Amino acid sequence: MAAVAARELADGEVVFVGIGLPNLACNLARATHAPRLVLIYESGAVGAVPERLPVSIGDPALVTGSLMVCGMADVFQCILQNGRVEVGFLGGAQVDRYGNINTTVIGPYARPKVRLPGSGGAAEIAIHAQRTLIVAKLGPRVFPERVDFVTSPGLRPAGRTRGELRMPGAGPVKVITDKAILEPDEATGEMVLAALYPGVSVPDVQAGVGWSLRCRPGLAPVAPPTAQELRLLRDVLDPKRLFLRQ
Amino acid sequence: MRDAVARFVHDGDAVVIEGFTHLICFAAGHEIIRQRRRDLTLARLTPDLIYDQMIGAGCARKLVFSWAGNPGVGSLHAFRRAVEGVGTRDSGLEIEEYSHFGMVARFAAGAARLPFWPLRDYMGTDLPRANPRIRSVTCPYTGEDLATVPALNPDVTIVHAQRADADGNTQIWGLLGVQREAAFASERVIIVVEELVDEQLIRSDPNRTVIPGMVVDAVVVEPWGAHPSYAQGYYDRDNDFYVAWEDVSRSPERLARYLDEFVYGVPDRAAYLKKQPQVARLKAKQRVSQGVNYGF
Repeated sequence: MAAVAARELADGEVVFVGIGLPNLACNLARATHAPRLVLIYESGAVGAVPERLPVSIGDPALVTGSLMVCGMADVFQCILQNGRVEVGFLGGAQVDRYGNINTTVIGPYARPKVRLPGSGGAAEIAIHAQRTLIVAKLGPRVFPERVDFVTSPGLRPAGRTRGELRMPGAGPVKVITDKAILEPDEATGEMVLAALYPGVSVPDVQAGVGWSLRCRPGLAPVAPPTAQELRLLRDVLDPKRLFLRQ
Repeated sequence: MRDAVARFVHDGDAVVIEGFTHLICFAAGHEIIRQRRRDLTLARLTPDLIYDQMIGAGCARKLVFSWAGNPGVGSLHAFRRAVEGVGTRDSGLEIEEYSHFGMVARFAAGAARLPFWPLRDYMGTDLPRANPRIRSVTCPYTGEDLATVPALNPDVTIVHAQRADADGNTQIWGLLGVQREAAFASERVIIVVEELVDEQLIRSDPNRTVIPGMVVDAVVVEPWGAHPSYAQGYYDRDNDFYVAWEDVSRSPERLARYLDEFVYGVPDRAAYLKKQPQVARLKAKQRVSQGVNYGF
């Protein structure tokens, strides 16, 4: 997943990084095809070049050697709301048919079955980033037809388009899972199967998705990670397997 | 610290201990627990372990926040018990929830003494339904609908910093979070520092001053006061503690034992530190910046 996500980033792009797998993907891209990738963390580090895999989004290694460290008011107002973020990474406990994401509650808000951490900066990243990449492992509980709570809006929150809701960013362009890549149908905004990992079949993917999944004609194959990508991920970026194990 | 908390933190206050992962003043949180403050409204973007401990200790009536997890690790279980236990004996914590941008904007409004702050946010999300204080306004210039959040003006804000002078002119480097806005928004401000320095040192590098002494009510010197969070240039995060908290906070009994041993069971921060021999290996390496010429 990290290698597939890394390939989505172009050299020189400005990317808003989340912790965990997105962080691995961004640092893998920086170590391979995108050395001029500008990593922005919501904690205020801009152009971070972490010498160790950050254990949190506020790790001191994000500061050392970065281009700029600013307060969070500047991150959200002068960078994100200003439209400077080209790619945002999002993940969550639930991702639905239209790429809406829930990181708030499972069950009703007032009496939650599981209380999740909440939005953090995800709601505004989903709204403002020029495009977003969603990263999540397939599973019927993770990919329900409708999320219990829309924390971060996708392509049809409450049945309305992003344009109708005047959201500046384009929203999710890909959902990167552990078995396949989903992409939005251009007409309806519904997530459809676009590419399969080697050895994965369409029913394998359908088993992890809670709606009747439509397929793009001519499914593209996803190239497996190269030896170099694997070496960097396992030996350099995450030798302690903090995130690769998940 | 004992005197500053006794004098400036009262039962029923809205209390902010800010610091985004960096410079979280556990020393102040522990002293508030020790002095058994009650019915506090605790506000922070990320409640982190410190508010989980304060919730577990029974200090909080209400929590105002935008991301309530154990950063990089998992959950805050005292918080989760209080929120998931609605209708049970664990219930009773009121919550008011925003996103990070919303909380930042609330502090910005508070600092500027405006009633609210407009932002282009929340369209398509369920957050305004969960929190009716997230509202909207029509822009008088463009006609655009903008989201609004109300100002947050805490009774007391506590900021941990690398250094300050005796008047509270406070210098911070590394991640800055929303400490500046929170301090200006607050009625009272307590600064807790790794080092107390001469005014001349502050004056030698004025661009590094984040909070001026004019808004500060008390300065407390408390080295390692942010442990187990970190202070850039002084010490790293004690990540093992953050990982261990997952299991400690999961069990109310273990959490109570933790508080007994490390909070109620010690008179002050110095005694707490004697029980933390592992901190020696967290000391920061040298990465000193080049100075600049302030001459004219």
